[in-house]
Amino acid sequence: MTTTTPKKGPNIRAIVIITVAIAINLVIAKLMATWSLNWFPPQASSAAPYVDNLFALETGIGSFIFFGCTGFIGWVLLFNRAGKYDESDGAPIEGNTKLEITWTIIPLVTVFLIATYSMNVNMKLQTLGPKHKYAVGTDPTVLMEADPIADVGPIDVIARQWSWEFVYPDGVRSSELHLPIDQRVNFRMISEDVLHSFFVPAFRLKQDIIPGSIISYSLTPTKEGRFRLRDAMFSGAYFSQNQTDVIVETKQAYAEWLKTTAGQPLQEGLDPSRTLYDRRIARGDKGWATVPPSPAPMVNDPGDPSIPHDA
Amino acid sequence: MQSKTYDLRILKAPHPVPGAPDNWKRFFSFNTDAKVIGIQYIATAMLFLLVGGLLAMIVRGELITPPADLVDPSVYNGLYTMHGTVMLFLFLFPILNGFNNLLIPTMIGAPDMAFPKLNAAAFWLVPVFSIVLMGSFFAPGGPASSGWWSYPPMSLQNPLGHFINGEFLWILAVALSGISSIMGAINFVTTIIRMRAPGMGFFRMPVFVWTAWAAQTIQLIGLPALTGGAVMLLFDLSFGTSFFRPEGGGDPVLFQHFFWFYSHPAVYVLVLPVFGIFSELFPVYARKPLFGYRFVAIASFGITFLSLIVWAHHMFYTGTPNWMRHIFMFTTMLIAIPTGVKVFAWLGTLWAGNLRLNTPMLFCIGGLINFIFAGITGVMLATVPIDIHVGNTYFVVAHFHYVIFNTIVFGVFAGIYHWFPKFTGKMYYEGLGKVHFVLTFIGATLNWLPLHWAGLLGMPRRVASYDPEFAIWNVIASIGAFMLGVASIPFILNIVSSWARGPKAPPNPWRAIGLEWLLPSPPPAENFEDDIPTVISEPYGYGLNKPLVEDQDYYIRRSMEA
Repeated sequence: MTTTTPKKGPNIRAIVIITVAIAINLVIAKLMATWSLNWFPPQASSAAPYVDNLFALETGIGSFIFFGCTGFIGWVLLFNRAGKYDESDGAPIEGNTKLEITWTIIPLVTVFLIATYSMNVNMKLQTLGPKHKYAVGTDPTVLMEADPIADVGPIDVIARQWSWEFVYPDGVRSSELHLPIDQRVNFRMISEDVLHSFFVPAFRLKQDIIPGSIISYSLTPTKEGRFRLRDAMFSGAYFSQNQTDVIVETKQAYAEWLKTTAGQPLQEGLDPSRTLYDRRIARGDKGWATVPPSPAPMVNDPGDPSIPHDA
Repeated sequence: MQSKTYDLRILKAPHPVPGAPDNWKRFFSFNTDAKVIGIQYIATAMLFLLVGGLLAMIVRGELITPPADLVDPSVYNGLYTMHGTVMLFLFLFPILNGFNNLLIPTMIGAPDMAFPKLNAAAFWLVPVFSIVLMGSFFAPGGPASSGWWSYPPMSLQNPLGHFINGEFLWILAVALSGISSIMGAINFVTTIIRMRAPGMGFFRMPVFVWTAWAAQTIQLIGLPALTGGAVMLLFDLSFGTSFFRPEGGGDPVLFQHFFWFYSHPAVYVLVLPVFGIFSELFPVYARKPLFGYRFVAIASFGITFLSLIVWAHHMFYTGTPNWMRHIFMFTTMLIAIPTGVKVFAWLGTLWAGNLRLNTPMLFCIGGLINFIFAGITGVMLATVPIDIHVGNTYFVVAHFHYVIFNTIVFGVFAGIYHWFPKFTGKMYYEGLGKVHFVLTFIGATLNWLPLHWAGLLGMPRRVASYDPEFAIWNVIASIGAFMLGVASIPFILNIVSSWARGPKAPPNPWRAIGLEWLLPSPPPAENFEDDIPTVISEPYGYGLNKPLVEDQDYYIRRSMEA
């Protein structure tokens, strides 16, 4: 029984139900897209608004699909349940080529649109801050020219098991990263042991740091504050300790900090894994094997981990 | 369709092994009956689901508070590494191979696998590499602790300097697992291509067989890359080579290519058979033919093809050039098309059906809802700018578990309940099954939904401690994880007690259509033996009143009388 009696006119009730359902779903999807902007840390780099807006767009489309499908499943569960002793079969509909082609083409077009839009956003992020990978031993002048339009830098970002060290162009060293607001900063990222990843959630940016390569990377911070820098690539026993702060401050404050810090003697920098490792040794080196932490970096400004961070 | 020439010699598999016991002891023997091997795989896998789950609960116990206060961070790293490895290599791959063993021969009307001894050997490698892997807990320095992907150069750090160490045993176990899987894949693909019942053209095969075929094709193409990468890693670790060691001129990123070339498609190796399970079960419990059967079948190979060209989306922030990012973003997103075809086909199957909400159907619907959610976050992760922010955060962990647990394991449970009467000959208890579903659905949602927000806020994965702003999400997640632990109790009770003393199952308790349901419960050693039915129609003829095979009444009567 695959034939159905032809309908005399459009099924008004079905059209009304579907229209109302789509309208409600569109409202929910729009609300979800708006709410999704609150799910992120504050926007602190020129990249952040692009990423957040793209995410909101995908949340909107995704919510429409999710609530559409689950709403459909809910409808079926409510109205297409078999009774307790009902042994009958459902309508033997085997397929509908037009419908199948439609629901192949609509997602295809949606995916094409999202992909094209994302490519554009990605190209914008690229112009916000380029990224180049060099082998160790590359001519330093080439590295200097990696980002000729950077206002600040290159600042060396040195990642180790498990500490961060930042070396500024005039030789100042610090454990926390200080950056001037609205200035394009270029970094040279170096790892001395294993893979690490430079991740500042408030910037929405992340870059793996690969031993054996030097990575030139640029970004522009846009909000003053103290933001968390987290190692995002698993790097061993005290990986979770490998965090420090990025302080974005005014141009004047940054210059002032550089000047003051240059006058300070080198001292042991932030080394959060050391405390845990020392505690382990004091307990008799119990637990499964681990490499000992690298010696604390010698810096002019060790920073102050007790200050609360904004994001 | 009966014009197909059929070589009966293929069906004469050497089987069962002479002298194999015909009682419960056969499950502990080198038996070549695919059904015995299937149950051996599934039982072993369920045991390791408990082991992996226990490791996960310690991990979630650690993460219930921000500081690392339950176990030492080095122990924590070993625990989550082993959790991932156990779940993938000792639970997921074996359990799906169990389903393949039970279902492929019975669904296509073959007496056994094409190579029964190879089949048994592939299974017996599982206990071997599980001993190797679990043995690493006793290795000097503890088990591998560099994450389930074992990226060098960290995985090459060997602080104690011993030749036999956790990482060494881990690589050995992974390589053995790869060998076992390749042995299985050759067998499954050969069986499907060569041993179908007369009249069963490709477009009369059940979708589970299509998906198993598509998945095992990925194994054949992808696994050699991982195994090759693992061997190179072992050489770097133990014999001083520098394939991946930067100080010797090696490239650590090269390993990531080897690893992901297989390990991304591996997710499809796992999820495709579950798509097959959904496609089998929705028609039975909605009492409708599978909507768009041919589209669904072909989409399986669409997924296979695309899955092999997406691997670099795991490496968007390693220094990949933009052209590469864009290509891989695009191919990754395209997977939404064949998977979307399947989802819409299942929805079409449910529409205007006559739904029965027993335990297998509940797990299918729960799994489908979760999979739609996972698909949406999957497209987000494929998008380069979003992936750069959420990559390597808990957002990925949440998405991954929505695929692996909330979809795949839900499908596995659905399959276990659905085919339990067929292969054990006993009925399970519906009430306990429903309790299991409710606890599992709530536990899984509590466990992984909140972690999406932790990831968006920037909580990296694999941390033993975290900043207090992530605490609320982790507390909820840990409660969910413990609830999942509790959920296993009604399941174990149900399976053990029904198998031991449950009511006897009829040959076709669900009134399902399929060759396996024309066999007695449990099926005899060689299924239909020489009396193989001739298939005369497409699968899923619910409501169509068309017999599936010639002389269907004869086969039904025979199964009842057995």
